[in-house]
Amino acid sequence: MTTSKASTTSIAAKYGTARRTVTVHVNERDVTREVSTRTTLADFLRDELGLVSVHLGCEHGECGSCTVLFDGHSVRSCLMLAVQTDGHTVETVESLAGNPAELHPIQEAFAEEQGLQCGFCTPAMVLRTKEIIETGRDRELTDAEVRHEISGILCRCTGYQNIVRAVQSAQRRCRGGGRDA
Amino acid sequence: MTYAYIGKDRRRVEDPRLLVGRGGYIADLRLPGMLHAAILRSPVPHARIRSVDATEALRLPGVVAVLTGEDCKAKLNPCMNFGPATIAQYPLAVDKVRYVGEAVAAVVAENRYLAEDGVDLLEVDYETLPPVTDPMAAMEPESALLHEEHGSNIGYERTFEFGDVNAAFAGADLVVEDTLHWGRSAGVPMETTGAVAQPGFNGVLEIYCNSLNFSYFSFLIAATLRIPSNKLTMKPVPAGGSFGSKLAAHKVPTLAGFLALQVGRPVSYVEDRLDNLMNSDHHGCDRFYEARMGFRADGTITGLDIDVVDDYGAYMQFGVGHHGNAFSQVVGPYRFRDVRYRIRAVLTDKCQQGAYRGFGSEVHNWVLERLVDQGAARLGLAPEEIRRCNFIQPDQFPYTIPGGNLYDSGDYPAVLDKALSMIDLNKWRAEQKRLREEEGRHIGIGLATTQERSVFSSTEFWSMVEKPVLPVTSSPESATVTIDPTGQFQLLLHCQSMWGNSPETVGATVLAEEFGIPPESVNVRYADSAHALPSTGPGGSRYTVMVAGAIRGASRKLRKKLIDIAAHTLEEAPEDLELVDARVQVRDAPETGLTLAELAATAYFFALSLPEGMTSGLEESYTYDHPYTTLPAPDGSDFGVFYPIMGHACHIVVLEVDPDTGIPSFLDYVAVHDAGTIVNPRSLGGHVTGGATQGIGTTLYEELAYDEDGQFQSSTFRDYLIPTANEAPAFRIGHVQTPSPFTEYGIKGGGEGGRMVAPAAVSAAIDDALREYGMRVRRLPVKPADIVATVRAGRSAEGAV
Repeated sequence: MTTSKASTTSIAAKYGTARRTVTVHVNERDVTREVSTRTTLADFLRDELGLVSVHLGCEHGECGSCTVLFDGHSVRSCLMLAVQTDGHTVETVESLAGNPAELHPIQEAFAEEQGLQCGFCTPAMVLRTKEIIETGRDRELTDAEVRHEISGILCRCTGYQNIVRAVQSAQRRCRGGGRDA
Repeated sequence: MTYAYIGKDRRRVEDPRLLVGRGGYIADLRLPGMLHAAILRSPVPHARIRSVDATEALRLPGVVAVLTGEDCKAKLNPCMNFGPATIAQYPLAVDKVRYVGEAVAAVVAENRYLAEDGVDLLEVDYETLPPVTDPMAAMEPESALLHEEHGSNIGYERTFEFGDVNAAFAGADLVVEDTLHWGRSAGVPMETTGAVAQPGFNGVLEIYCNSLNFSYFSFLIAATLRIPSNKLTMKPVPAGGSFGSKLAAHKVPTLAGFLALQVGRPVSYVEDRLDNLMNSDHHGCDRFYEARMGFRADGTITGLDIDVVDDYGAYMQFGVGHHGNAFSQVVGPYRFRDVRYRIRAVLTDKCQQGAYRGFGSEVHNWVLERLVDQGAARLGLAPEEIRRCNFIQPDQFPYTIPGGNLYDSGDYPAVLDKALSMIDLNKWRAEQKRLREEEGRHIGIGLATTQERSVFSSTEFWSMVEKPVLPVTSSPESATVTIDPTGQFQLLLHCQSMWGNSPETVGATVLAEEFGIPPESVNVRYADSAHALPSTGPGGSRYTVMVAGAIRGASRKLRKKLIDIAAHTLEEAPEDLELVDARVQVRDAPETGLTLAELAATAYFFALSLPEGMTSGLEESYTYDHPYTTLPAPDGSDFGVFYPIMGHACHIVVLEVDPDTGIPSFLDYVAVHDAGTIVNPRSLGGHVTGGATQGIGTTLYEELAYDEDGQFQSSTFRDYLIPTANEAPAFRIGHVQTPSPFTEYGIKGGGEGGRMVAPAAVSAAIDDALREYGMRVRRLPVKPADIVATVRAGRSAEGAV
């Protein structure tokens, strides 16, 4: 048998080199870059902007490790193209605290409860927690509710138990909103 | 023994950097001029490669090189191999492909997008061969052969017998038997395996990788690459999780190294998820059992007879250590002495087996516990009763088991009692009866135990082989502790770091214990292979025990030097001094003393103030060998002591199964573990819940499936279902601590027990929930459709009556 083969003439069409300029509000500042139209948001954030907290666990939208906040809502950045973010706001975990010595209350909650082991799904879990709090309910979520809310992000290490506790602790720490609450 | 830091719930020192997204993973590494590789994988299970045409790919701007098995054959030696020498493997398939997903060609390009484009443009001519997928059929003489040089699809066959199983069964009142299949699952950490290689200065090839254990085997990668071992430096890049999947993962760094050498530039190869699922070299066990166990009427187990066919896949680079591993705890926590174990390791057109949390012992434990449960049911005994009456007793340790391994210590009744104290089984059993009668709901209760062997000795990898090629007996770990001129601590570990293992929390906790310093103040570094002292790296639940042993050894030497300097300075006798809270003081006059900072300044800057013969500085290294291992007998009559640091666990599961959908949901889950002295209870708890959740995945959801034509069915996370937060139960954890007499501080390993026991406990609970339908879990994963089919068959049998 022979595998299928693209003809030379189709290369340009298939692997188009079209580029476009985008301006995105990333972590509270505007960035303007020319990007290939096929560059994913995840690769744009990682490779162009050096935001390596955006982790690629599957690149097919199932694991959730690449979750970022897009206009305040969690999206899988491996399933979006960079060009789709033109004029929008993107937030990665670097926006919460760039310095390990000055953690955000959500990150404090994860550290206190050991809501992480290998750290790979952690930025996604932290951002999802931020979204849960900000789009919030003013009462602490039950275990079952937290599990449902984080079920779009796979963690292979913890069995989720300490993550559930961390989300609840983060809710308590942030009650009333704002990082000083 | 109480400690100031060991045994306390403390935050992990790794976590702040992970929480800001700076874990330093291999995919985050960028080198100037770095290229990226993508791999063409075989779409067919078994074929001869007639040709690979790269013309179109090489025409694509940005593609730098295409390499194939022909290049490997010409320029490489076969990869490291602990299996039969007649089964050779290269990083890219040479001449034949033997499973769907095997690497056929590598495209190196300016970025990963272009590399993938290049892969699309490759043209391969395959001459397809009959797929070999069923391990039973593969053993028949008419089957197509995977490896003509090997002459058979049986990679290994041997029978071991300890005691006299026929006599044990002849004297039994009951012999139960079962046909069981443990299906393939794998560790699949969220972070895949990757490597970045660059031709460095002075002709040294540098390979950055997140593979574990490289300090143990980097010379073997050099041999594959045909370069002297001192011209290869493996550089540790922290691994996220592994669960076995990065254990001795050698093909990824070897391939990256080969590509970098060929193109003369840095090359990154990081597996994507498809690469990882179909070609990780680390699929878990895939075993078919015919198993029997004898009992006396009172429940006493008399013997065990195992006949196992293990579907190893296309290669056997990691040998049959998975079965040697099972022999470390072949009788579980029970006293019986007669065991027969026949193993046939079969080659099929599937990805090869490697390591997955349990390394074969988890499978054996599931079989053991399935048989014990069947015996209990047949004899009318409760699961806790039959186990209790067979337990090795606390006064019997150290205890030598059939096959020669030794259990160091334990208190199995205490673990069982602790678990039973955390749950009211009588209440649940009454509730089970009530719900069944009044509401037609099906609750099941499962109880299972496991041994948790930890701290492997390398004899495990060859003790089952008649003529081992590499009968090594060392598996050391090293540490270097430095106190700098201001009194600050540097800890140099000589093996790979793996964040999931809390390497720095362990190291810092031990140093805090030894010197009374805050754990958070310690800086931890990792030596590359050019600088590393003898080391083995994480795996087999050895890391905490071995690193603690190495650090304590180095600390003892350093403490002596500090006390000698203090004694000289204070003009006191060394034996009158003690080190307390980062200060050396006079035992009877503690107000007189010197801080570590003062002593460090003396050590570095005031050579004329040092005792005669002492040299400047404060740095000590120590290499800690395996605490207790002995040589196996060459004739297979005794495997020696190879896994003596023995933990234990008991899980009790309560779940409900919906008989119409076959979907189980957890109502309660109690997990009690004894891992000796605990370093950090919350971290150990995380391993218990994480491991048990993986065990639940293996039992209910996860399957690396191949269809009968050899097509791989599980190449994405849409097909390979790992538990989400919705599927994982809320665990209630208990700890028992029986220190090891052989390790520093009495620590035992605790990384694998959760996955080793959960499958048995969950299987038992499902059986119990649907007992009236004749439910018996014989095949993992047990899927909703299997459960529904059993219920339907049971209902129609009932109707027929």
